[in-house]
Amino acid sequence: MTARIGVVTFPGSLDDRDTQRAIRVAGAEPVALWHKDKDLKQVDAVVLCGGFSYGDYLRAGAIARFSPVMDTVIDQAKAGLPVLGICNGFQILTEAHLLPGGMLGNDHLHFICRDQKLRVENADTAWTTDYEAGQEIHIPLKNMDGRYVADQRTLDELEAEGRVAFRYLGFNPNGSLNDIAGITNAAGNVVGLMPHPEHAVESLIGTGRTDGLPFFTSILKKLVNA
Amino acid sequence: MSKTPLDTVEHAAATPDVELPWAELGLKKDEYERVVEILGRRPTGAELAMYSVMWSEHCSYKSSKVHLRQFGEKAPESDALLVGIGENAGVVDVGQGYAVTFKVESHNHPSYVEPYQGAATGVGGIVRDIIAMGARPVAVVDPLRFGAADHPDTKRVLPGVVAGIGGYGNCLGLPNIGGEVVFDACYQGNPLVNAGAIGVMRHEDIHLAKASGAGNKVILYGARTGGDGIGGASILASETFDDAKPSKRPAVQVGDPFQEKLLIECTLEAFAEKLVVGIQDLGAAGLSCATSELASNGSGGMSVTLDDVPLRDSTLSPEEILMSESQERMCAVVEPDKVDRFLEICDKWDVIATVIGEVTDGDRLEIFWHGEKIVDVDPRTVAHDGPVYERPYARPSWQDELQADDANKLPRPATGEELKDQVLKLVGSPNQASKQWITQQYDHFVQGNTVLAQPEDSGMIRIDEASGLGVAIATDGNGRYAKLDPYTGAQLALAEAYRNVATTGAKPLAVSDCLNFGSPEDPAVMWQFAEAVRGLADGCKQLGTPVTGGNVSLYNQTGEAAIHPTPVVAVLGVIDDVARRTPVAFQEEGQLLYLLGDTREEFGGSAWSQVIHDHLGGLPPKVDLERERLLGEILISASRDGMIDSAHDLSDGGLIQAVVESALLGGKGARLVVPDGLDAFTFLFSESAGRAVVAVPRSEEVRFNDMCGARGLPVTRIGVVDGDTVEVQGEFSLPLADLREAHEGTIPALLA
Repeated sequence: MTARIGVVTFPGSLDDRDTQRAIRVAGAEPVALWHKDKDLKQVDAVVLCGGFSYGDYLRAGAIARFSPVMDTVIDQAKAGLPVLGICNGFQILTEAHLLPGGMLGNDHLHFICRDQKLRVENADTAWTTDYEAGQEIHIPLKNMDGRYVADQRTLDELEAEGRVAFRYLGFNPNGSLNDIAGITNAAGNVVGLMPHPEHAVESLIGTGRTDGLPFFTSILKKLVNA
Repeated sequence: MSKTPLDTVEHAAATPDVELPWAELGLKKDEYERVVEILGRRPTGAELAMYSVMWSEHCSYKSSKVHLRQFGEKAPESDALLVGIGENAGVVDVGQGYAVTFKVESHNHPSYVEPYQGAATGVGGIVRDIIAMGARPVAVVDPLRFGAADHPDTKRVLPGVVAGIGGYGNCLGLPNIGGEVVFDACYQGNPLVNAGAIGVMRHEDIHLAKASGAGNKVILYGARTGGDGIGGASILASETFDDAKPSKRPAVQVGDPFQEKLLIECTLEAFAEKLVVGIQDLGAAGLSCATSELASNGSGGMSVTLDDVPLRDSTLSPEEILMSESQERMCAVVEPDKVDRFLEICDKWDVIATVIGEVTDGDRLEIFWHGEKIVDVDPRTVAHDGPVYERPYARPSWQDELQADDANKLPRPATGEELKDQVLKLVGSPNQASKQWITQQYDHFVQGNTVLAQPEDSGMIRIDEASGLGVAIATDGNGRYAKLDPYTGAQLALAEAYRNVATTGAKPLAVSDCLNFGSPEDPAVMWQFAEAVRGLADGCKQLGTPVTGGNVSLYNQTGEAAIHPTPVVAVLGVIDDVARRTPVAFQEEGQLLYLLGDTREEFGGSAWSQVIHDHLGGLPPKVDLERERLLGEILISASRDGMIDSAHDLSDGGLIQAVVESALLGGKGARLVVPDGLDAFTFLFSESAGRAVVAVPRSEEVRFNDMCGARGLPVTRIGVVDGDTVEVQGEFSLPLADLREAHEGTIPALLA
């Protein structure tokens, strides 16, 4: 028996098929979810993937957060359903207040696509147990609005509680506060990050590294052993 | 305010003497007279609108057609070609039941007027061409040319173009895997923004632009039609149609990539359910083009009710609706019993879809407005029977003088120190410098199938996860070579793209081109065009790679000053297993470096002559296409059999440019020895064609040499991958850090 992991497709989602492939590569079963459908098809976890949901003409993730599927995702995430938000998915999670803070345009005002070095700061979340705390990894990054911001109290709280899950190393690609690349909620079931682990699961493709695969094996192990 | 009466077909027949603004719409007098002769009466305003856009240079290829015929006449036998010139894009068989469609197009003029939207809609247009063939788009490439890198206007145009390409392509979820960025003062007022795209489908999914089967419905879907881009491809609309309307509509279209993304998904879903008989995207000439092309390629006629077209602006006249180039629209022909399902799919994706007409059993294209017939034409006369010009052409008087100004006689560096300085200057010059600042604004990773992307020699995409089947694409062009000799220049562009594909391990299969030239009304430009086409057609015949389609962009000139003739050639290749691809970067220290091919003293049009002497003269490098083919075969075999670990083609900048790039990408230096019979300068800077540098693991040395020897390819051992410098023995040594600073610092310093 393997785990069933849902991948939501919003209009404008771009990495939905890639994320499904990454889930398959890890050995789990991907399940396609549709933005207009409140039904999560009894999946064990959900990934909100990258893209420009509804065009993101207003503010990244601002409209997707109100889609029917998100009603259920928000309810179930609060009840413990593991949810991973990648890039636009991270933006949606902050808009939905499942994660604190928000994202602004990159400080250099350009889209940026690069192989980004990160440090894993928290290896205890539902999505990161296959990493070691302090491990340095490379994950492709590609975004226009990736600059993580939050008020000082929230930042202090995140730092104090070890909820900064990933930090940019060497080069901060967008001006994120505290070099934050990804964060988790207090319970550790909801994780969001700007880089794209689903693009680092096969040795031939993209940057040729597989540093993103542990996201998907972590959750698989957690769900299968549960 | 008096309302102009509707110019119906009946009204036109009854009022033969009404003057129409044919000249304002860009038609010549004899062209207008031909329309009258075809119709047997004066055209209605709507008919005139259709003929004027469809007979424009951009849509009709009236100046270039007589030359482009060579691509068909000289086409080599090829089993790979499934759909050739004339459709939205050519289609090539790549094996295992897969077909690949690809094409390059220009969006030059709009990108100068409005860089962001001009470039963005260029991507949008080429991607719709790919969808219209039935394929899922899988990658884009962007060959770009701008004015001098340090010119203030370049800082306006380039960032806008790059942001537009990124903004649109990234939002569609298409990896940008290749292209070029070239600077030259000749493009100052006429930047070249070419856009290419690749799509993949199964053989049985190929769709064509034709409307067959009387009773089948014509469905317009996608964005609403607005006043943007009216006559953008040809002429600006004038207010003469109806003085009561707002005038001076912007001729540059505005893109909405989100809408296009929805269009891709809903079109592919409709294809998957076999709901589509024929399909055409709406690009240049909008509905005029889509309806006349669909109708003329089908078996019957077509009847369209223009009132049913969803509008963004309810004040648009029927002429404007027919000419509008609003983006993100497609036209599908669907059997009546499948219409409901088609509309359902569009609704699922929130795409507006409207039945605007049907296929008839006649042979006329009839268009109605408020119940009255405003167009009644034979669609073939609109779409295919446009004027054809045999424009005069003549070798320019200055050509001999230009060729006599021999670059081989320029002063050369005399010492190792001078060589070293010139190497640093070369690799840090805007054309030879790293373009990472530009390419990192494009998504390379989306779709999760990118095997190679720029700065690799060709972009490569996996198309089958199980077998590893992949395709590669490279685009190349060198306006400096083509200016010196357009026939050879076009062949050099072909040879380089062919070589680039082979260098990554893929077998070149087919060609698309984007031919950028000045005004066809200048006999010198027309000669350049004629020579370039002849060169390309002859070259494709010899290499066995048919031209599958492409695009011609003329009038790239400001006043008397035309751009360099710039044929840009895209070569598509196939690789059985992407695991065997060969990257540019040096992989392991100790591997042996071999130079393949012959090096001659060839500096005409070279990067060295430009960077060091600001010189353009002499003759471009010689072309030997048989040698290119042999080199390609060796590179492909070596890749397949694991004999080489990295390879880089030699082109502008010569050997030293290639070695520096491989070293910087791999983070490993090289020790080079000047081979017997060559001087250090020629060895490093010559741009002789038909060459590549490969890195061979020591265990493969004998096997690799034997293979080259047996097949008669000259091969010279020139050094070894080693250390953290690039050293030319007895001449100079340059630390990688210095090279990196020179190579990677230039573009951000100029543009960031």
